[in-house]
Amino acid sequence: MPSFPVEQTKLSAEHIGMVFTRDGKSTNVLSDVNLTVGRGEFLCILGPSGCGKSTLLNTMAGFLSPSSGEVRIDGEVVRSPDPRRIFVFQERGVFPWLTVEGNVGFGLFRLSRAERAQRIAHYVQLVGLEGFEKAYPAELSGGMKQRLEVARALAVNPDMLFLDEPFGALDSITRLTMRRELLRIWEAEKNTIIFVTHDIDEAVQLADRVAVMTDRPATIQQIVEIDIPHPRDMGSPRYLELRHGIFDQLGLAHKV
Amino acid sequence: MSLLARLRPIAFIAALLVLWQIAVSMSPVHILPGPWGVVGAIVELIQHGLLVKYAVASLFRVSWGFALAALLAIPLGLTIGWFSRAEMALNPLIQILRPISPLAWIPIAILWFGVGDLASLFLIFVGCFFPLLLTTISAVQSVPAVYVNAGRNFGLSPAALVYRVLYPAVIPQLIVGLRITLGIAWLVVVAAEMIAVNSGLGFLIVDARNAGNRYDLVVAGMVIIGLIGLSIDLGMRSLERIKSLRWSYSEE
Repeated sequence: MPSFPVEQTKLSAEHIGMVFTRDGKSTNVLSDVNLTVGRGEFLCILGPSGCGKSTLLNTMAGFLSPSSGEVRIDGEVVRSPDPRRIFVFQERGVFPWLTVEGNVGFGLFRLSRAERAQRIAHYVQLVGLEGFEKAYPAELSGGMKQRLEVARALAVNPDMLFLDEPFGALDSITRLTMRRELLRIWEAEKNTIIFVTHDIDEAVQLADRVAVMTDRPATIQQIVEIDIPHPRDMGSPRYLELRHGIFDQLGLAHKV
Repeated sequence: MSLLARLRPIAFIAALLVLWQIAVSMSPVHILPGPWGVVGAIVELIQHGLLVKYAVASLFRVSWGFALAALLAIPLGLTIGWFSRAEMALNPLIQILRPISPLAWIPIAILWFGVGDLASLFLIFVGCFFPLLLTTISAVQSVPAVYVNAGRNFGLSPAALVYRVLYPAVIPQLIVGLRITLGIAWLVVVAAEMIAVNSGLGFLIVDARNAGNRYDLVVAGMVIIGLIGLSIDLGMRSLERIKSLRWSYSEE
């Protein structure tokens, strides 16, 4: 049961099922997924590769319609993507034909020129891309591109962010920095974040709660509350305890 | 590129010209005019004002035939590529029409438009239309879904999605297609002018042969066609260097 009052519910997924049919063969990807996410919560969905967690995220964001069940955000059934909630894609989703400025300003077409410029400057600065405003994505590193995509998402002031393994393609050092920056931004912007990952450490470092998924047909096995305040000490007994708990959940050994 | 590397192709062409001149002067029978003869012929064309006149006539036909084809093929290709059902319906027809050489259309072009500019325009149009259509369709289909999804996520209307995402995403491939197609147009115009009109560089070549076996003029015409084709291609290539279009040519 959610650890927050019902009126604080941002998103609820009820009995989500997803069946893909291809060449007459149907694959059961999601089966009876139930999930509630609180306003301003940072939730990680953790599961093995190919278990259907991206499918679940795409369903919650409105890119896919579930075969059964429904997703509600602020009480309304989700039927399509919406600029109030932005999806940060697994592959680099920045537009290569636009500069850093152009990308950050992409979703700001309803604002006046002055407001747009101000918003762009703010978010370029927030993700630390000052001095690169006129650069094209091809001139940026992988980490910078991912930060650019986060800035593009934040610039439209979304109240939710869906992140699909956003740091998966980065090296482990950049990945750590990016997690710290994401937490800093989340604490400043107070959006609701749903973050998909297959990395146990990433989930335990970032999330308020971790939803652990089973293999296909995926469903939520358990929800683990990470009751450690930020900044989190990765060597603390509680951190290791939670981490081990999830290892066990996934049926993994503790030794390599 | 170093100066030496730049000079290398020029040196190579110069060496070939020298060999050509030697071979022609040693040959007992007249098989080809020598380079000097060709230079003389080009000078003669310039003096009579024919070089500019014919080149302009050919370029005029190429520009119109090419522009008309681009104007029709690109929007049509964007539409067909976007709607997979349209692609399924039209693809067989396109695949049948595509391998027919534009030259096979010559009798029909003359039947429809008579002997004149329109017939040659039509031939160039046919030669450009199908390659451009196919390039555009495949360019649309290869646009990564992530760009389209991102565009939808930010609440773009269908029209805005086309001109802010789809169109910029296909441009680099489209430029390559346009470059290749313009090359085809330049090939077709020569053939079209041999049959359908009495001006232009293609006409110069048949006319020089028919009116007194002036092979120096024939080769002069060929050289001019090659040089103009080269400058057209260089011009199109410079488009690929524009920064906002260059992305797909880099590591992306």
